Amino acid sequence: MGTIKRGVSLYSYQNETFQGKMSLEDCIRTSAELGANGIEIIGEQTFWGWPEVGVEDAKIDEWHQLIAKYDCVPVSHDFMLDYKRYKGREMPFEEQVASVRKDIDFGARLGMKYIRALVSIAPEVLVAAAPYAEEKGIKILIEVHAPLHFDHPWIIRHAEAFEKSGSDALGFLPDMGMFLHAYPPVMVEKFKRLGVPANIADYIVKAYEDRMLSEYVILNVQQMGGAGPSIAMAEVIRHNSAFEPKRMLDYMPRIHNIHGKFYQMYADYVEPSIPYDKIVDVLKQGGYDGYICSEYEGNRWIEDAEEPDSVEQVRRQQVMLAQLIGEPTPTALAA
Amino acid sequence: MMDNKMICTEQFENYVEGGEVKGFAFLGRLPYYRGLGLSMVEDIQVSVDGEKIAREDVRFSVRGKTYTLDEMETVYDDRWNFGEKARIIALKPGGLAPGNHRIEFAVRMRVSYLPFVPTTKDAKELALAA
Repeated sequence: MGTIKRGVSLYSYQNETFQGKMSLEDCIRTSAELGANGIEIIGEQTFWGWPEVGVEDAKIDEWHQLIAKYDCVPVSHDFMLDYKRYKGREMPFEEQVASVRKDIDFGARLGMKYIRALVSIAPEVLVAAAPYAEEKGIKILIEVHAPLHFDHPWIIRHAEAFEKSGSDALGFLPDMGMFLHAYPPVMVEKFKRLGVPANIADYIVKAYEDRMLSEYVILNVQQMGGAGPSIAMAEVIRHNSAFEPKRMLDYMPRIHNIHGKFYQMYADYVEPSIPYDKIVDVLKQGGYDGYICSEYEGNRWIEDAEEPDSVEQVRRQQVMLAQLIGEPTPTALAA
Repeated sequence: MMDNKMICTEQFENYVEGGEVKGFAFLGRLPYYRGLGLSMVEDIQVSVDGEKIAREDVRFSVRGKTYTLDEMETVYDDRWNFGEKARIIALKPGGLAPGNHRIEFAVRMRVSYLPFVPTTKDAKELALAA
């Protein structure tokens, strides 16, 4: 059995890539320097033109050259499937399946092992695309992401459909954000900047810690005189929860990639809201030997107040992961 | 997300067509972590110094192609790419006087997986060169 491997979703560097401050080469080199040699992308973030216009071979060749140059491994192409492409009507079933096949081809061109499906996609679409994925040596992984979780009926329906299909080209990609054990401090600070009074913010943080039902928290905040941003801060609890990492254990044979979601890494390598120690323990117990790909999402919570430093945030998370996995800390990871 | 990066400060200028000043233009980016097919850009709202530009007077231009907002609704073969600076043209006869103007810019997107239709806004004071 292998060990857990480290990677980065280039989503993590979106603040820099959006502004043209980091090129694709910068993203891949930076990740490789952190010892995170697995590279995950959102196809249409990294490659202009995908999917509606297409991507020229020269760009794909460049990708392969960079992957080889920095000794990296293509892990996953995260596709979107815009089934609301047409105003007022949902994309027909067959067209959705054809669209997934197109993303399978794109993943194959990039040398990916996996393509990520968003959780809102119907299981029947993925089941219909599975034979083509098998043919291309690609697995389609549905991203289990908060507010959904492994005990939610929608996910159970997916699991049942995958089993019934008999295909091993269908699986799961859990996003660690579903194990949110504390209200993220970056979100608290953002809501305070939007005008949430300290007493209400403290109440919500405590209510989250007490695992109180979101609807009660929202009502209580209303009764405390909370309006606008205070209600929004309470409503965050509607779509975030402290689910149990051990719930992944039932699904280990179909879990092939992990989104290492994080909102903030402290300088002492702690993520204050997501219990990575417990998570890595569970993954070890389940014999997981795929990648955990960093997925930094604190950027959107701080960008109004400061310029995010995505690279430093990813570095800190990679140090934490290396320690939890039990790797010797690579020199390049030192501050 | 990326709200404060939607309006770019460079290339804010009057829009000239056939030797006539027909409006003004600035560079705008999609406030999103990916790009989007044009048919899913539901609306682009522009106002200048508090005056709203009518929807039919807004044009969207990328890589040499210019669309009205109604045309964009059925464009399935072009995109507003991640971080791509589109030229947003607002028709307003005579354009704007040199100096500072407050530009407000909002984009409404139809995103398949979201249980709501987000509108994201930015506002900046831009300087129009004489």
